[in-house]
Amino acid sequence: MSTTPAAAEFKKEATVLTKDLRHRAFIRGALKKYEIVRDDKKARFQSWESARAAASEIKWQAINHLDAHLVEFARNLKARGGKVHWAADAEQAREIILGIVREKKAHAIVKSKVMTGEEIHLNAALEKAGYDVVESDLGEYIVQLRHEAPYHFVFPAMHLTRGEISDLFAKELGTAKTDNPEELTMIARRVLREKYIQADIGISGANFAIAETGMISITENEGNARLTCALPKTHITLMGIEKILPKLADLALFLPMLGTAGAGQLMTGYNSMYGGPRQPGEADGPEEFHVVLLDNHRTALLADPEQRDALQCIRCGACLNVCPIYKNIGGHTYGTTYQGPIGSVITPHLRGLQNWKHLAFSSSLCGACTEACPVKIDLHHLLLQSRRNAIAQKPVWWEKLAFQAAAILFNHAPLFSLGMKLGRIGQRFHPLIKNTPLDPARAWTRSRELPQVAPETFREWWQHRK
Amino acid sequence: MNDARETILGRIREALSIPAQKPVTHDAASQQPSSPRSITDCLPYVGPTFEERLALFCKNAKELTADFRLCETEADLSAQLAQIAQAEGWKKIATHATDLTASATAALGLPVLQTDGGYNVNEMEQCDAGISACDALIAQTGSVLITSQSAGGRALSVLPPHHVVLARREQLVADLPAAFALIQAKYAPNYPSLISFITGPSRTGDIERILVLGAHGPKKLTVLCV
Amino acid sequence: MNITLFIPCFIDACFPKAGISVVQILERLGHTIEYPQELTCCGQPAFNSGYWPETREVAVKVLDRLRDAEVLVIVSGSCGAMIKNFYPELFKGTPHEAAARALSSKCYEFSEFLVDRLGVTDLGARFPHKVTVHDGCHGHRELGIKDQPRKLLAGVRDLTLVEMDEAETCCGFGGTFSAKFPMISTAMGEGKIASALQTGAEYIVSNDSSCLMHQQGLIDRQKTPIKTIHLAEVLNTR
Repeated sequence: MSTTPAAAEFKKEATVLTKDLRHRAFIRGALKKYEIVRDDKKARFQSWESARAAASEIKWQAINHLDAHLVEFARNLKARGGKVHWAADAEQAREIILGIVREKKAHAIVKSKVMTGEEIHLNAALEKAGYDVVESDLGEYIVQLRHEAPYHFVFPAMHLTRGEISDLFAKELGTAKTDNPEELTMIARRVLREKYIQADIGISGANFAIAETGMISITENEGNARLTCALPKTHITLMGIEKILPKLADLALFLPMLGTAGAGQLMTGYNSMYGGPRQPGEADGPEEFHVVLLDNHRTALLADPEQRDALQCIRCGACLNVCPIYKNIGGHTYGTTYQGPIGSVITPHLRGLQNWKHLAFSSSLCGACTEACPVKIDLHHLLLQSRRNAIAQKPVWWEKLAFQAAAILFNHAPLFSLGMKLGRIGQRFHPLIKNTPLDPARAWTRSRELPQVAPETFREWWQHRK
Repeated sequence: MNDARETILGRIREALSIPAQKPVTHDAASQQPSSPRSITDCLPYVGPTFEERLALFCKNAKELTADFRLCETEADLSAQLAQIAQAEGWKKIATHATDLTASATAALGLPVLQTDGGYNVNEMEQCDAGISACDALIAQTGSVLITSQSAGGRALSVLPPHHVVLARREQLVADLPAAFALIQAKYAPNYPSLISFITGPSRTGDIERILVLGAHGPKKLTVLCV
Repeated sequence: MNITLFIPCFIDACFPKAGISVVQILERLGHTIEYPQELTCCGQPAFNSGYWPETREVAVKVLDRLRDAEVLVIVSGSCGAMIKNFYPELFKGTPHEAAARALSSKCYEFSEFLVDRLGVTDLGARFPHKVTVHDGCHGHRELGIKDQPRKLLAGVRDLTLVEMDEAETCCGFGGTFSAKFPMISTAMGEGKIASALQTGAEYIVSNDSSCLMHQQGLIDRQKTPIKTIHLAEVLNTR
């Protein structure tokens, strides 16, 4: 396979991470805990499978009527004083948000989790323009302090031990070291408290957007989004256009499915719908509410009728949690905002097929992701299709030749038989070059013994018994 | 900006001009014939009686480390609130004006910050507890449903370290579909700017996926139900 | 019944005993076996690598040859998935689509055939060892195979079955994936073998030799005290 810089980096990181047995055990342990609580909550559903079917149907319809729903959403939000902005790409989105921030002469910005913010490199743009931005989600805050990308889009700091977090806080905040998770959490709580109260802009993401009522919905556990959207004078929400749900009542299904699949909780701590700035008679709340609707190549994915269902994603992270590749290479190896199976499906569409096709190939296609997906995206088959699309666009010449030769071999059984006989001879000499630079099978023999051609193959046995 | 709107909508319409076939998955689970079920029939079961629903709410609340207390009378409720105030050493509380909150908080004899009509957030930071009413209690999930109109604004139920909800028995509903129906019946089309389902105290699993309470929102959630 | 057998290329070359066991089991049950010697490969390696036209060149021959089969038994979950589930996808919109669907409806993986089609679980086998089952991903998630191998193993005398933690987790073979991303493939294989070792089993049993080939390769290199064996060989031991 031809190697792009992103692919080379991916392989390099993967080589390091897959040998790290401490990382392997740590992540496996963390995700085992998740599996237990997830299975407990799934079992409480009268029918998890029917719930998946229903959720899939609702999202399918929503995506296939996206324009109508977005128009309805915008109309309803504007009717209650919200402002709606449309951003065709990352740059436009950054410009819009910077524009609002400048207009408000903001001096402090607090953020709750915004994956689309990562996608458009929003923090970097704001910081470059001289604005102070603080991540309020504990996991995001931790990785922000470490100047590193989120490891998992639901659990950004799950790769870190409490010791590492303690050292981080000691270094960056001057706090005393502790290996007590509660004490560490309280440190962050104290620091961030001030930020909520001082911030004049709160930036949030959205898990869903309700067309019927012009509301966005945010699912969280900590309450940091609740505070981000309560105290600052201006609230900005950045979200992908695919987050649309048609009806408010749809949340009755999606909130518990997001909680269960994403975190093993029937409902997370706070599930909140925001439908405008402070309304007349309300005690508090932002004076302005802006929603930025982001395309950024989502319409390209929409235009691929085979892969359109990838836009059903509710970003629960369940596919990451069950993916054996993710568990072994970790979230950073993907080198892009969206990790795991869904990341591998959408990134080639968002960032270019030829540069990111290695994400489609670096899967064993086991299908655990498809099984886990609460909205029944056909993830592993989409990866297969991406492979086909990548090769159709740009075949690898020697691979093509090899498969053409293989077709000839496979279509002519006597040749295949001969091949096996030659293999039997060749394998006597193979030990001389096994796992050396001369070994054509080195990709295998680096870590494994080669299977041997049997003294009598099946077809030879069959022929002899006649 | 209107250009972007037209660009995006144009792209969507063009994309959707090619119809897509719904994917057919082969996994065993999908091979079961799927007769369409209502959302209620997919979600966790909730019994039809008040007793069953109350029991389910209590069970869920306990699992969530939320303190639920059933009170016989409003006087009982006030007494429970006073007992908590004393046990925790409250010096100042925040609340908003409703029948339930007014009588219960007045009886405490503590300085009270009223959020109605606006307030100073630094003053709320000084409060040991936020006492609010609610729209509903949801048996299925152990959640409390509040809005910016029913619970004194957006911050009252999330800024102070202890959130106490004062509820009435009639507010207990079965499940999430019922809760959303209630919201629509009560508020449409003039919805409050915030609607929130509060399910237990604030929590995080961000450090080694170990549960810690009180990450940013309240560390304690109490529901007094009369 | 006249059963047409599809023997995957790697079983033909490297693990003939699995195929031989299938033949002997089915003949003992009174069926006649047809083995189309022209067929060597189902085309999955090219398919998984994204070379669908090249795959069709091989697959079209398979379709052609098996047109008149009464029933097709495939000795592999992954080849089974290829022929049953992916051939219709591969030939969608081509003149061969109908033939692919028709063949699909006649396809069975070996353990599925015994249990679901023939209703047989006791083959008179005896295998006095402790074993654990690895659920190959294609067989499990594409073909829905889970109970069938276990029901068959339950019918084997003196055999002790212990379930491993993460029996359904991918072992990392994944076809060409094992060569394209060997570091990930190896880590996943090590995880699978570690799960198996925890059971104290002597054998890892699977209906997919390709998975076992990868696991055995690791076992041989690391000299791990466990063995792999195909389900059919266990069922053919007396």
